[in-house]
Amino acid sequence: MSVDPETVRKVARLARIAEPEDKLQPLAKELSGILDWIEQLQEVDVEGVAPMTSAVDATLPMRDDVVTDGGYPERVTENAPQSEDHFFVVPKVVE
Amino acid sequence: MSADVAGLSLSQLRSALLDKSVSAVEATEAYLAEIEAAEPLGAYLAVTADKARAMAADSDKRIAAGEARALEGVPLGIKDLFCTNGVETTAASRILEGFRPSYESAVTERLWADGAVMLGKLNLDEFAMGSSNETSARGAVVSPWRRGGDAAPLSPGGSSGGSSAAVAAGLCAGATGTDTGGSIRQPASLTGIVGVKPTYGRCSRWGTIAFASSLDQAGPLTRTVQDAALMLASMAGHDPRDSTCIDRPVGDYEAAVGAGVKGLRIGVPKEYRVDGMPPEIDALWEQGAAWAKDAGAEIVEISLPHTKYALPAYYIIAPAEA
Repeated sequence: MSVDPETVRKVARLARIAEPEDKLQPLAKELSGILDWIEQLQEVDVEGVAPMTSAVDATLPMRDDVVTDGGYPERVTENAPQSEDHFFVVPKVVE
Repeated sequence: MSADVAGLSLSQLRSALLDKSVSAVEATEAYLAEIEAAEPLGAYLAVTADKARAMAADSDKRIAAGEARALEGVPLGIKDLFCTNGVETTAASRILEGFRPSYESAVTERLWADGAVMLGKLNLDEFAMGSSNETSARGAVVSPWRRGGDAAPLSPGGSSGGSSAAVAAGLCAGATGTDTGGSIRQPASLTGIVGVKPTYGRCSRWGTIAFASSLDQAGPLTRTVQDAALMLASMAGHDPRDSTCIDRPVGDYEAAVGAGVKGLRIGVPKEYRVDGMPPEIDALWEQGAAWAKDAGAEIVEISLPHTKYALPAYYIIAPAEA
């Protein structure tokens, strides 16, 4: 798989990372190298192999749908730079 | 006596505390003095001296009353990735500057419930992402070791580099670490100490700042294998707050260590001998196998043919979850 400088520019913009124009080509080369290296996973034949999710048998535990914790909003918001009536106050980001 | 405390292993210190040849307060003071003297290593991000003294005083009361718990009075360093109630927890990042959790991580909660004493919070690569402890926003950690005849500072490894440097330099009896892709094992190896990444699910991840949740595990860094067994026995165990935490009894690791390797068949994967392995590393590898053989283990060469795919798979899973 090959990444071109245009794709790097797009990804950088989406990630809000400023990349100068002269870095796009070297970064494209670097990212292509990583993707090519990961491509070697394609050569593994996994036909009929069940996915392994854990080294030991484990089932997802179930529990009764009841409240087990909480009731202390002041503790939850105590690290907030700004809070109001037990809510986190954040800058407006959507117009 | 107290001047020698930092030279004892965790298990030796525990014995000395129980037979009252050292008090928990003396042990804590000895380590606090060592920490102050080793400040240039940058191993500790914060020293919780008052808390340590109070916990140690409580331990001395319990020991006097004959109510000592498994790690009573043993001073530990905590990687600053574990949330500690009321004590700033930063993951060595400026993003979390000033964050004082109002809760305790499951692993540290277990250690304190067993009587261990908290000396402070240890440096790490920022958010545990790194292998040299140079990405910490609070400055790199320096290994207490030097090459023969060379004063150049060395890396203690990472991301648990504060933990490895502190244990190697005798700045705590043992330390907690976390391992996603080698962050306990590699720093332990680089500083000549013991580090264990337990099986996933053995320790609860609750209250530990996540890197890649399906790979993260907490584990001990210590100066001896027996110490690691003692610490892990305290850290491990079921916790319903982490749904991936295994609900199985914790084994008697200390007894297992005492049993040695006699009669065990130990597989050595041939794929682990990568091309271009330096001869000195290869010689160490051979030496390790020879030691196990001398101790009565049977060494057999095995094949793990998918070894070379582990790293590419890791580089998909870890960054995707991070």
